[in-house]
Amino acid sequence: MFETMSLETLQSYWWIIISLLGGILVFLMFVQGGQTLIYTLGKTESERKMIVNALGRKWEFTFTTLVTFGGAFFASFPLFYSTSFGGAYWVWMAILFPFIIQAVAYEYRSKPNNFLGPRTYEIFLFLNGVLGTLLIGAAVSTFFTGSMFSVNKLNLINPGDPAISRWEGPAHGLEAVLDWRNVALGLAVFFLSRVLGVLYIANSVSDEEINKRLRKQLLANSVPFLVFFIAWLIALVTLPGLRVNPDDHNKIAWESFKYYHNLIDMPVLLIFLAGGVIFVLIGIGLPLVNFAKNGSKGIWHAGPGTILTVFTLFCLAGFNNTPYYPSNWDIQNSLTINNSSSSHYTLVTMSYVSLLIPFVLGYIWYSWQSINRKKIDAAEMESEEHAY
Amino acid sequence: MNFITFENNYKSRTMSLNIDYNLVDWSRAQFALTAMYHWLFVPLTLGLSFIIAIMESVYVKTGNEEWKRMTKFWMTLFGINFAIGIATGIILEFEFGTNWSNYSWFVGDIFGAPLAIEGIMAFFLESTFIAVMFFGWNKVSKKFHLASSWLTAIGANLSALWILVANAWMQYPTGMKFNPDTARNEMQNFRDVLFSPLAITKFLHTVTSGFILASFFVLGISAWYLLKKREEILAKRSMMIAAVFGLAAALITAFTGDGSAYQVSQKQPMKLAAMEGLYKGNNGAGLVAFGILTPSKKPGDGKDPFLFRVEFPKLLSFLAYRNPESFVPGIEDILRGGFKPEYTAIPKQEAAKAISMEEKIARGRMAIAAFGAYRQAAAVKDSLKAVEAEKTLQSNFPYFGYGYLESPKAAIPNVSVTYYAFHFMVYSGLYFIILLIILLFYLHNDQIENKGWLLRCIVCTIPVAYLAGQAGWIVAEMGRQPWVIQDLMPVSAGVSKIGSSSVQFTFWLFALVFTILLIAEIMILVKQVKLGPKDGGAH
Repeated sequence: MFETMSLETLQSYWWIIISLLGGILVFLMFVQGGQTLIYTLGKTESERKMIVNALGRKWEFTFTTLVTFGGAFFASFPLFYSTSFGGAYWVWMAILFPFIIQAVAYEYRSKPNNFLGPRTYEIFLFLNGVLGTLLIGAAVSTFFTGSMFSVNKLNLINPGDPAISRWEGPAHGLEAVLDWRNVALGLAVFFLSRVLGVLYIANSVSDEEINKRLRKQLLANSVPFLVFFIAWLIALVTLPGLRVNPDDHNKIAWESFKYYHNLIDMPVLLIFLAGGVIFVLIGIGLPLVNFAKNGSKGIWHAGPGTILTVFTLFCLAGFNNTPYYPSNWDIQNSLTINNSSSSHYTLVTMSYVSLLIPFVLGYIWYSWQSINRKKIDAAEMESEEHAY
Repeated sequence: MNFITFENNYKSRTMSLNIDYNLVDWSRAQFALTAMYHWLFVPLTLGLSFIIAIMESVYVKTGNEEWKRMTKFWMTLFGINFAIGIATGIILEFEFGTNWSNYSWFVGDIFGAPLAIEGIMAFFLESTFIAVMFFGWNKVSKKFHLASSWLTAIGANLSALWILVANAWMQYPTGMKFNPDTARNEMQNFRDVLFSPLAITKFLHTVTSGFILASFFVLGISAWYLLKKREEILAKRSMMIAAVFGLAAALITAFTGDGSAYQVSQKQPMKLAAMEGLYKGNNGAGLVAFGILTPSKKPGDGKDPFLFRVEFPKLLSFLAYRNPESFVPGIEDILRGGFKPEYTAIPKQEAAKAISMEEKIARGRMAIAAFGAYRQAAAVKDSLKAVEAEKTLQSNFPYFGYGYLESPKAAIPNVSVTYYAFHFMVYSGLYFIILLIILLFYLHNDQIENKGWLLRCIVCTIPVAYLAGQAGWIVAEMGRQPWVIQDLMPVSAGVSKIGSSSVQFTFWLFALVFTILLIAEIMILVKQVKLGPKDGGAH
């Protein structure tokens, strides 16, 4: 069935999958957000244990989604993988590093004789929560603000210096923090992940004391989230962007209000964006109004809202003749879903593999249901043999 | 520059290319560091997951609580090891991009797919059902729990399948064609990639070597309990399962090891020569049973490559080409050319007579130059020149990577490291088989607790199993140098353009962090073993 599709259709299909994975990843970063709140929400060891265990049963999904996001991006748009990862070296290393230390933190935290002490593993979780969200948010923002790289395939003919993709600047990606918009989206994702973390814990932990603090934290993190996100969104729709001209040899040129035009040209994205944001607001608003009644429901609104919003942002970055990875060094080197994708054959092969995704989501859902039938409480922590 | 001058330039035989070897070496070191740390944890996951699933199957079938207790004990150790395996794994996946970006573009069209499939097909299976394994004991039915344990094992081994398919493809690129318009290799046949003979033997050999390691992990800890006269029922039952599982795995490893070496001789003759320290090839070549290399040996210096050597006559020829009289080329033969190759993976041009390394380098440079000429002709829409350049490019493409080598000697891997690693691996494999047979004999006769020497020997074999696995990867990866993709791209052309000091910094950072985490892991493991099973592993 995929064989008959055109290369352009397959490229769009894969951009949609990448966008969806991106959306799911940001939603699942409630784990990271929660990790920054362990001591804020848990004042006793028993409370902290409940919070860590609630997050600990989900952290692998975020992690696996990140790995799959990377793998899928590599398979479908390898020029992005090679240009961005090999160029923005420090940014990606800074993103990956906290995930290394996260991976052992849950399992080792409460084990006897764990060398570094429980506190160190909690610091690992905190670092992962702060750096992971901030930097991934900032990295996503560069899909709109651009980066300093060049791509020249003719470099292959020079055996002494054959690198096709190069970063044109010494900071290897760290310069992204000089653009306030990248910082704003980083902070927006950071606070959003904390909001989602609060809502997830509200949904999966049953404890009076923690509940009181959750409500307070929900408000305290929602406000900065909204401020940074709205500021970033305003910047997005007012600033110029790049446009590929398919009628003129795919030449790339500046266009003012490019992303605003994308929203107007693709009204379905406008609806998605509005819908996503409204869902997030409902997810925050309902528990704020009546936490006792709606506390555990918030995540079911804010989660899908996050997925929809991030999905839309990725679509805005890549569709409608927009380069999704703009080069500020030479705009003609910018990456588009057309010039950076895998071949028709590979995309077809991968598209068949993508048919597994609903099946994967199905068994994940089934397994979650079967081990999360009831909320975590202090009593369960006492009796559970495998507690973090 | 037009095509003709390009051709003339590149025909010159030795030229300084100003390659930043510092960057290349640090990038290799970082990848090796990550891969070797990763391979400290993965083989245990691969094998222990199955051993646990077998134990739990017995529990579900018999309803005997002792088996449940045993399952839970090994699961605790499994979980501790699994976490650190994940920690090192994420870096490995992204390092293809961060440190080998040119590689990632040049073959990403083929190489990316198995990586993505690994995520979609295997990692989610693993991470979903491992959660049920650990948290589901009192929440799901016995059968669902058992199914989860099996699915975790299958997921772990599926992920090994995909990454090994990817690795096998780097050793023997197949099922693709170079497209000069996109400047990369493009996949043409997924089945060729997945079912390449190298991929199949590599997968089986590597995975079963992990099973051996896991068996010795279980055997060693059980033997320690027997020596301490603790947990005797648990220890003996665990030993029985691990010994049978381990022996089956060891036999498959030996069998597929032969298959792997056969594939190497067909596809990577230089690696085979390095594995055997073979400088001058001959008909009816012998296999080195034991030998010490001459440390100062250089190709072409006429010195005997061995200070001392005992060999099985004609065995190398037989193993390599299934014919005791066949000619196995040595390093010097491969540099010089001129012999009739008996290996299969060879460009048509060389079917009758192998060409020299200098000629390969010249043809590689011609291919690279023709690629440049094609791009320039295509840019100005000179289709005549483009067609001509592409013809030159495609006919010389099998040598493309040689064009990036500075001199013929750059095509030789580190012989002594490859040789010793290979022989250590083989000796260990034979030792494992003998030890497991002896062990099974005493287990069968129920005399094992009286054999202190055997129990101590098994405890001491745990590190040997780890070293053997590391040695195997050293053979596979050091032995194929300088290639990141056999014949098509050397490491120097695949590396990302970053400052070598940056890579040096991250190397030391990873070295430090991985080492600290390894210490933590070992301390926790040892503590758990000392605490013993109690009620399914203490926390």
